[in-house]
Amino acid sequence: MPEQTVLEVYRYLPDEETEPRFQSYEITYRDSWVVLDALDHIKTEIDPTLSFRWSCRMGVCGSCGMTVNGEPKLTCETFIRDYNTETIKIEPLAHFPVIRDLVINMQDFMEKLPTVSPWLITDEDKPLEAGEYLQTPAQMARYKRFSMCINCMLCYSACPVYGLNSLFTGPAALALAERYNLDSRDEGTQERSDVVTAHDGIWRCTYVGECTKVCPKDVDPAGAIQMLKLSYALDWAKSLVLPGRGR
Amino acid sequence: MSRELTHPLPRSWWLKRPPYFRFMMRELTSVAVFAYTPLLIWALWSAADAASFSVFYEFLRGPLSVWLHVVVLVLAVYHTGTWIALTPSVLVLWRNDEQVDPNLITGTTAMLFLSVSVGVVWLVLV
Ligand code: FES
Repeated sequence: MPEQTVLEVYRYLPDEETEPRFQSYEITYRDSWVVLDALDHIKTEIDPTLSFRWSCRMGVCGSCGMTVNGEPKLTCETFIRDYNTETIKIEPLAHFPVIRDLVINMQDFMEKLPTVSPWLITDEDKPLEAGEYLQTPAQMARYKRFSMCINCMLCYSACPVYGLNSLFTGPAALALAERYNLDSRDEGTQERSDVVTAHDGIWRCTYVGECTKVCPKDVDPAGAIQMLKLSYALDWAKSLVLPGRGR
Repeated sequence: MSRELTHPLPRSWWLKRPPYFRFMMRELTSVAVFAYTPLLIWALWSAADAASFSVFYEFLRGPLSVWLHVVVLVLAVYHTGTWIALTPSVLVLWRNDEQVDPNLITGTTAMLFLSVSVGVVWLVLV
């Protein structure tokens, strides 16, 4: 059954305005609509100037992240029916520069991701004839959770540490570092340590823990960062007692 | 060239969302733990001779001291509780390729904390 609601949408048109504003759109929505459906409806039926990102519509590509009633959300899986408020406030993801309306500049995030070397690093490559790098399901289970990230940046948007200091490497990138550190086929823990344990790396995290709560894929970046702190601290302690030894 | 907008976090950022507020409370309660240390230093200092120890002892028996201890105890227990609750995120253990139940880790940490606390109370009172 169709229902009525008001979407209060953050608008910023850089070629015409210097300040952002909120624009209200009264819409008739269906029970099955997610916030992204409502925004699509506004764009096609009411106001074609509204800009926002999306692609897969099924929580996989990570491009539809926005702030819905103050919380970072994937709008393609956030149902309007779950909000009992009269109006739903839609804003761009916090802590990122706004390019236009709900579109943020993700360059900082994209530059940070490769700094943690998120790929398998081995001391020596095996010859091709030696075959694949095998792994048991149990070995995969150790890191699987941290490998589910879809780069939606909700965690950065929820993290006040990143909001206060954008030099912080941030939750998703650090979780990815731990994902590879925990991989039985990887030998890059030491190589990653320069970035991971740098001044703006893991030690900047104060464990607010909101990154984990808002993650749509249950990645637990906050946990990953604390695990990194523990493992690198143990490595450091081991290197004091047994020079030349690490993880 | 289009202009991008930035929205720096205001100083009151921790009042904007309840989880941020709870985080700040967790951090602030550690100040109470820190603030208690001068009392411990005074205790050590006063142990040098009987006269200064009796001054310290009299202070401990006073109402100000009792209130101080009640407040610090509540804040310290809250602070400890928040960290015990977070332990399983840091301590991810595996046994025979199965992850150890996070509740077991929280429970064990809580029990350890309680046992040590009871041990200290027993040492002081008995
Ligand atoms: S549109 Fe792809 S995650 Fe929402």
